[in-house]
Amino acid sequence: MTIRFNEETFRDDYTFYNSPQAIRRFPFPFDRDDYMYSVNMEPHAGGPEGSVFERRFDVDEHYVAEMRDRAITLDEDPLRCQSLPHMELAGWDLLELIMTCKAEDYPDLFELRRDGDQWHWINRPLGIEQRFTFLDAGTLPHGPMEYITRQTQGDFAVLDQREGNLWMDAGMVTSQADWSLDFDIGMNFFEWHAPVPKAHEMGIFQRALKFLMNVQQGAPSRRLNWTMTVNPRLDTSPENYHKWGPEKRELTPENVGAKQYLRVELQSFWRLPRSNALAFPIRCYLIALEDLVSVPKWGRRLHRVLRDLPDELAEYKGFAVNRPLIVDYLARFDDGAPTSPGIYPD
Amino acid sequence: MTALTLRVAAKEPLTPLVTRFRFEHPEGARLPLFSGGAHVVVEMTDGNQLRRNAYSLISDPNDGSGYEIAVRREDAGRGGSRFMHGRVAAGDLIRVGAPVNLFSLDLRARKHLMIAGGIGVTPFLAQIRQLDRLGQPYELRYAARSRAEAAGLRLLPRSPRVHVHISDEGGRMDLGGLLAGQPLGTHVYTCGPEGLIAAVEETAARLRWPRAALHSEAFLAPPPGRPFTVRLARSGITIEVGPHESLLEAIEAAGVDAPWLCRGGACGQCETAVLSCRGEIEHHDHWLDAGDRASRTKIMPCVSRFAGEELILDR
Ligand code: FES
Repeated sequence: MTIRFNEETFRDDYTFYNSPQAIRRFPFPFDRDDYMYSVNMEPHAGGPEGSVFERRFDVDEHYVAEMRDRAITLDEDPLRCQSLPHMELAGWDLLELIMTCKAEDYPDLFELRRDGDQWHWINRPLGIEQRFTFLDAGTLPHGPMEYITRQTQGDFAVLDQREGNLWMDAGMVTSQADWSLDFDIGMNFFEWHAPVPKAHEMGIFQRALKFLMNVQQGAPSRRLNWTMTVNPRLDTSPENYHKWGPEKRELTPENVGAKQYLRVELQSFWRLPRSNALAFPIRCYLIALEDLVSVPKWGRRLHRVLRDLPDELAEYKGFAVNRPLIVDYLARFDDGAPTSPGIYPD
Repeated sequence: MTALTLRVAAKEPLTPLVTRFRFEHPEGARLPLFSGGAHVVVEMTDGNQLRRNAYSLISDPNDGSGYEIAVRREDAGRGGSRFMHGRVAAGDLIRVGAPVNLFSLDLRARKHLMIAGGIGVTPFLAQIRQLDRLGQPYELRYAARSRAEAAGLRLLPRSPRVHVHISDEGGRMDLGGLLAGQPLGTHVYTCGPEGLIAAVEETAARLRWPRAALHSEAFLAPPPGRPFTVRLARSGITIEVGPHESLLEAIEAAGVDAPWLCRGGACGQCETAVLSCRGEIEHHDHWLDAGDRASRTKIMPCVSRFAGEELILDR
């Protein structure tokens, strides 16, 4: 399997695009025609061939461009990557997990040679070759979590588990759906979830916390979450709202198919061995509505889901102002025919 | 729960009551690493009864060549530890679950103070190896009744950080002095009999230690008891719980899937709703609080039992 990496941008001229293969493998998040917030967790143990679930840390055609975009964001704002001092061991756990998974899952792209604590890592797509001593941060150009997440798509939260709770004590967050690591760092599970609507149905969060604290080594879990973004922008952070917020006003009936994106997060949860921390990668996939409707089932279903979504959810996900425009556009691709169950194209 | 089939590579008595076991992968594959304080659940098939007992890992967390545990024979227990001592031999294959840590180190601590009573020394054996590797300061206090019973003496390194208190020899631990003399930012970990844990907690409270700096793991094996009958409403069946079986084991034996993690009344995963209770629930767990118990609406099947006319569970 060889991947051709796209030459593209996620800001300014927004030259991001999905190839036909990337459209077919897009993780469409709705398995039926209506949507309700739920925890919807399943084992992260592979998936259909070619799907984004097949490998543990999916690498796709956007890899190189996404890493370039992350580097720009970090240059402008180094606080997007933070790790409280007690989390360094968890950073090494994460580095080991990602390096071993990528080297096994993509042997033509990544290679890891280990001789005791002397490690040799080769990342061909990014042209990186690094020899270092495992557990000796002085031998890497960055801390272990920052080092490996500058080479891995998706945001990362690394959660410490103690006092019957999870704590957001480290993270790399440059492609977030409107939340801020700098604000959430050091918070516990309930504190960082405070703004979700209907969170008063705390039962869901209690159950989710119990589930997450029970995630075991070698048995990761995953779920999909979604929102809507105007333009293929990864960095939709609160810090930069002034840059992307106004773009929501640029939608017209003529450009909505090209400029409005469905943004899907593949979230997964991993118990880390040495530190007992929980790694929480949040991988972002973007697709323009005009590409999405090329799969007829998805066009029909997305229309029905967005049309019938409760107002407070559209508000919470930040697209209430554009909902009529989006629903009108999608209605053209919904002939009322029934849709098949499940998320995959027919 | 992911479990591996491992080979018993060594079995070695440490004292008349405590035996060390070493498990290795039959093909020599590396085992998943773990963090100090983690336990594994060992599956024992005894006739047609399947027992699962949790044991702290005592080997080096950074060594994937094998897992080691130390098992104390509990002659009044349900039979799991007797099975390990009497029926498991070197060379046998045995199912061992993936490591789970419900007693992990708080790596924010400036210093780790560990207080072990008897066989409660086991989780600390892995923790001190982890701390040695991380270069973090610690002090371990190990209390045992007599030198002959103190399996820890064979397992602990000789080190100025490790102190042994043998009560037969008058070496009792002065908890007040010990806790009062710790630098700011110390975390204290206690593992052993409930009396020891309670004493540490009282002393720490008196000295105004922050709650978040106290950690403990009570050694809790499901106690045997009288047989009783339980109705599982969702499954639509009635089951009998034998004297040497836990309620959780009886539920599993009936083919009903039930969640669990520690099997020792500490983690909360097995919590089950009680739909009807005419009789007394014998709560043995550390999870439910006094309010939960008084309401008679919850039970922890891994350790708790029942005596009375009728118990109906939502399972
Ligand atoms: S399994 Fe942990 S409390 Fe019952």
